[in-house]
Amino acid sequence: MIDLKFTKSHEWVKLDGEIVTIGITDYAQHQLGDVVFIELPEMGDKFDQGSQFGTIESTKAATELFIPLTGEVVEINSELSNNPQWVNENPLGKGWMIKIKVNILSEMGSLLDEGSYKKILEDEINK
Amino acid sequence: MDRKTIFDKTADLRRSDYFSSPGVPLISPGDVLSPQFLRDDLFLPSLGELDVVRHYSNLAKLNFSVDTNFYPLGSCTMKYNPKINESMSSLEGFTSIHPYQREDMTQGALELLYDLEQKLCEITGMKRFTLQPSSGAQGELAGMLMIRKFHELMGNKKNKVIIPDSAHGTNPATASMCGYDTLVIDSNSQGLIDIEKLRSMVDDKVAAIMLTNPNTLGLFEENILEISNIIHNKGGLLYYDGANLNPLLGIVKPASMGFDVVHLNFHKTFSTPHGCGGPGAGVVGVGDILKDFLPVPLVNKKNDKFYLDYEIKNSIGKVRTFYGNFNVLVKAYTYILRLGRDGLLRVAQNSVLNSRYLKEKLKKYYELAYIKDCMHEVVFTCEKQKERGASALDISKRLIDFNIHPPTMYFPLIVKEALMIEPTETESKETLDNFIQIMIEINKEIDVSLEKLKNSPLTTILKRVDEVNVARNPKVRWIKDKKSI
Repeated sequence: MIDLKFTKSHEWVKLDGEIVTIGITDYAQHQLGDVVFIELPEMGDKFDQGSQFGTIESTKAATELFIPLTGEVVEINSELSNNPQWVNENPLGKGWMIKIKVNILSEMGSLLDEGSYKKILEDEINK
Repeated sequence: MDRKTIFDKTADLRRSDYFSSPGVPLISPGDVLSPQFLRDDLFLPSLGELDVVRHYSNLAKLNFSVDTNFYPLGSCTMKYNPKINESMSSLEGFTSIHPYQREDMTQGALELLYDLEQKLCEITGMKRFTLQPSSGAQGELAGMLMIRKFHELMGNKKNKVIIPDSAHGTNPATASMCGYDTLVIDSNSQGLIDIEKLRSMVDDKVAAIMLTNPNTLGLFEENILEISNIIHNKGGLLYYDGANLNPLLGIVKPASMGFDVVHLNFHKTFSTPHGCGGPGAGVVGVGDILKDFLPVPLVNKKNDKFYLDYEIKNSIGKVRTFYGNFNVLVKAYTYILRLGRDGLLRVAQNSVLNSRYLKEKLKKYYELAYIKDCMHEVVFTCEKQKERGASALDISKRLIDFNIHPPTMYFPLIVKEALMIEPTETESKETLDNFIQIMIEINKEIDVSLEKLKNSPLTTILKRVDEVNVARNPKVRWIKDKKSI
């Protein structure tokens, strides 16, 4: 069973030891519409939890991407820049964005599990 | 109408060359220039005069402007620009002067700048203005740089700027360019700033809040004085994005709402052409507290002579060459003088009346994003229409078939399927009624001929653009088709 966690700003996190994979959720890609451009960080860039690690642009708007956990970028989905539609087609799969090495393991506790994330989505839809 | 470029036509059309021979010997460039200066890979268009004239006359016919049709582009304020602005700014006395001329030769121009500043101070309640910034965005930057320098000189350690979730995108961009972190304050269910949330967000680290009032939902922030108190009590300043000053002209002054810095978009408020990066004006006014921080030079007066004053104590420096887009400033000055206090007040009143008329007539058919009475623009949400199959985009594109420019769509970002409509004060009731009828008609079409909406526009030479494809695979250069040359 894959252990997926979520953020209020609609990123997902896949845990695999101290390396985590990060992308945006299906709800997020749906709200954005057709993604046309993605700006990702460089290998080795370090980010604090909640800071901006990239930008995603659709035909409607440009939006910031926020890093769910403090860490250092160890891998980038470099094919995304030529295939931004992957974020729409398969946001949890080939639409992944970066992998980071997590610094502060205790931050994991601040992430949402699937149940709590779904509840936030319901609230947002009913707003 | 064909869609060929002037380059394509060069390949197809013969030159019409009826000129008599020059009467002197012809020399080819190779005879006088060394080979390194010669190239033959440039493909320049080469057509007869008539073909060139027809090409551009037909292109001009495709142009859409306020001068040709209704243009209710919300937030952008596509208001009519009276033609007297053009004739005044074309006067030889204005067009033939040079910024390097001596001050005693340009007293008239300096007086105009001086008097324009006085009038702007009267309109906004601010104490002084810089007329230099050449767009609203540049005005924002100048304004926020003054705020930053003010805090630096005062020894205030501040690193945050608060911006509403409905703000224009330039606001957070400006704050970031000035080195600030931006904090987003949510709107409440009425579409206004959530005061309690604001109170909990504001601390000693907040340098400023950037607001437009009415906000981008077209709603007046009724609690502006309380907002002003909350920010000022913690040593922060209030920045006014003057994009929406139109409906307040002659009614309330930004200074009375507590603002310390104000930028004005002349193309929106004072009927100068929209710049699109060309000549524009985004002048910035400040209260007493920031007077010494204005860019240099200011126009001052001494012994009945006007002069350019570069001695501004804490000036942020120069923000633009010379004194701003002088020609644009002349147009705005003309507009202000011609309308006067009463005229400007009627501009404000009619901009609100026109938008409320649209709101009342259309709210049965299109759901209002917020119930509160709007000011100069009104925001609908097309979520119900989307459930029936037509998005805000489809409705906007269909309007083109009726010779109406689409309203602003998908903005503000907090409204789903948003259509943001700003009729402006100069439109007649007949124009508004026609627009209302068309909007009702389009709403009906969703149920009877949805395909028509989905494929619209149907009457233009270019049909619906594949926006996703052009953004993902932009081709912005014309490439010569080798076969045809």
